[in-house]
Amino acid sequence: MTETTRKKGLSRRTLLKSTAGLAGLAAGSGAITGFPYVMSAEPKVLRYLGTAVNEGDDISKQCLKDTGIKIEYITATTDDVTKRVMTQPNSFDVLDTEYFSLKKIVPSGNILALDARKIKEFDNITPVFTKGQTPGGKKIGSQGTAPWKVLYLEGKDSKKFATSATEFVTLIPTVYNADTLGIRPDIIKRPISSWSELLNPEFKGKASILNIPSIGIMDAAMVVEASGKYKYADKGNMTKEEIDLTMKVMTEAKKAGQFRAFWKDFNESVNLMASGETVIQSMWSPAVTKVRSMGIACTFQPLKEGYRSWASGFCVSKGVSGAKLEWAYEFVNWFLSGYAGAYLNRQGYYSAVLSTAKAHMEPYEWAYWMEGKAAEKDIKAPDGSLLEKAGAVRDGGSYEDRMGGVACWNAVMDENDYMVRKWNEFIAA
Amino acid sequence: MDTSEDILQQASPDLVRGSETARRSKAARLSPSFISWLQAGPMMLVFLAFFLIPLVFVVIVSFWDYNEYQLLPAFSGRGYTDTFEGCIAQLPDLCTIAKTYLKTLKLCFLVWIITLFIGFWVAYFLAFHVKSKTWQMGLSLLCTIPFWTSNVIRMIAWIPLLGRNGLVNSGLVKTGLINHPVEWLLFSEFSVVLALVHLFTFFMVVPIFNSMVRIDKSLIEAAYDAGATGFQTLVNVIIPLAKPGIVIGSIFVITIVMGDFITIGVMGGQQIAAAGKIIETRVNALQFPAAAANAVILLVITFLIITMMSRIVDIKKEL
Repeated sequence: MTETTRKKGLSRRTLLKSTAGLAGLAAGSGAITGFPYVMSAEPKVLRYLGTAVNEGDDISKQCLKDTGIKIEYITATTDDVTKRVMTQPNSFDVLDTEYFSLKKIVPSGNILALDARKIKEFDNITPVFTKGQTPGGKKIGSQGTAPWKVLYLEGKDSKKFATSATEFVTLIPTVYNADTLGIRPDIIKRPISSWSELLNPEFKGKASILNIPSIGIMDAAMVVEASGKYKYADKGNMTKEEIDLTMKVMTEAKKAGQFRAFWKDFNESVNLMASGETVIQSMWSPAVTKVRSMGIACTFQPLKEGYRSWASGFCVSKGVSGAKLEWAYEFVNWFLSGYAGAYLNRQGYYSAVLSTAKAHMEPYEWAYWMEGKAAEKDIKAPDGSLLEKAGAVRDGGSYEDRMGGVACWNAVMDENDYMVRKWNEFIAA
Repeated sequence: MDTSEDILQQASPDLVRGSETARRSKAARLSPSFISWLQAGPMMLVFLAFFLIPLVFVVIVSFWDYNEYQLLPAFSGRGYTDTFEGCIAQLPDLCTIAKTYLKTLKLCFLVWIITLFIGFWVAYFLAFHVKSKTWQMGLSLLCTIPFWTSNVIRMIAWIPLLGRNGLVNSGLVKTGLINHPVEWLLFSEFSVVLALVHLFTFFMVVPIFNSMVRIDKSLIEAAYDAGATGFQTLVNVIIPLAKPGIVIGSIFVITIVMGDFITIGVMGGQQIAAAGKIIETRVNALQFPAAAANAVILLVITFLIITMMSRIVDIKKEL
């Protein structure tokens, strides 16, 4: 050191260079992990618990590229996600779950509401979530656990849902869709227009519903109402008598051999339909698309009684704070900024912020998926595989028509315990 | 210990040597039963930590109350009373739990009979007709093939074979044996039993084979020399000596099938009730005490079956 100061040849700059090099070497070798410099270079990692719906590899790759946040997916079924939130709230950071599970999750106090003011696009979120109507002003059915009923909390640590808008949001909306029956038009060979067709003896041994009680019972209720047997005050919150009645109708159909099988898994539903084991069943939009991409005719049939809808969004575990919480906000903001929304739209789901998704889609794609127009060019999936040839029109038409036609939402009922028991009885019958 | 011994050694080396012999003889005096406890110790600890203690928790939780999102640690018989709901009120109709167990027992019995029959003859063939050890090993490994695929793959694989437009149906239609595809091949009790037999025959083969290879061949020769027919040798010599294997294999198969809900669900099109299925539905609805109560009921029933079986053969004595 003394030599350095004496000789002018070795300037301050060279010294800095060499020490920086040394420090870099040390950091690289992992020798000094406690230094603040190294801390800031620590990768931003978020553990993301959710169902497979939103968890595309492309999404996590793009997110890493844009924000430097590494997403580690923890994939589980809808039921298992809820179970995990209740029993292991520290095993995840970001939670992606459906609104209907909030009735269980929020009272447990295991999640943290997010601050709406920190979400850049919050004001641009579709009115489907905030007002219960489409952008075009169509009123949406509110039976069941509709998102706008459970979107806000009264306070930061409150366990009560607020009736008017507050800044404490239970789930920041991400994705939703309107579900209906999938049919095989090549085998049925006649128009289908009502949920009651599910129990039509014509399709004996060729029908199917979901074996997830809280969703299956909603489909069953749509069928019961469509066949004119009963009109519910709220399908999503039945009384014990209503549950009995609904299950009785379904049990009779089951005993008569109406159902080929019940399905629980995305791939199961695709296989049942593609193999011709079933010709009419409750289904999810991407499953229909998948059957169709196998070259088999399959329609996501709009029905006059309307759609059964679902929606999901993001919140964080109660254990998340500090820098991690900031990353979570950064991630949620990124998710709503367009890339992910466009990705989900191209799968046949809908994104919560329409304007940013639109900016990330080609005009012809937007016209096909969202406006119900005939495809100008071939429609491709996010992975590049061909979904529809030019000229095709989306089943059910435009966003306005599909979301505007929603009759009810997936739900957890007050009598959930009773309903689950009755569901077991139905399976045993 | 060490320091005092050091001091002792310095003082009088002879004394230390004496104490060492004393210690050695003490070790020799450890009773054989203590040593066998010591040997069984590690396994016992594992058993205690990962089986008995969790089991005790299950029994405790089964008497708790619950709401939509949490367990309430207050005594409640609700898990049990809910489970047996309507069992008296609905008479003579059967209640859900009775129906479920009848169905489960029926499937269990069918699978047991068929796996026993197939397993016995496969083991017989391996033990008495395959002479080389290598071939015996190789052939028994072949029996594990059904375990190489996951349940989902298996489910998908059965559809093209047994489905409405599957290989079997189209074959039968082409040969003119049937006019229309038959439906009962898939998503039926038939397909459930088929899949379970396909999976679990292996659990019969291994213990029966194990019992059979230990049969002294001279006994069979003696039976032959004494003029016994092949059938008489089978009934009077081989079956009695293979009994422990038969019982162990049966316990494997029965306990697995009683608790199975995945295969029954997948192959039965989720339309066939199973004791395990009730537990699964309850757990998924976060109703853990009710699930635990059902688990206790299942455990008791399975335990009764096994007790009955071990009445027939004293496994401990035979082993």
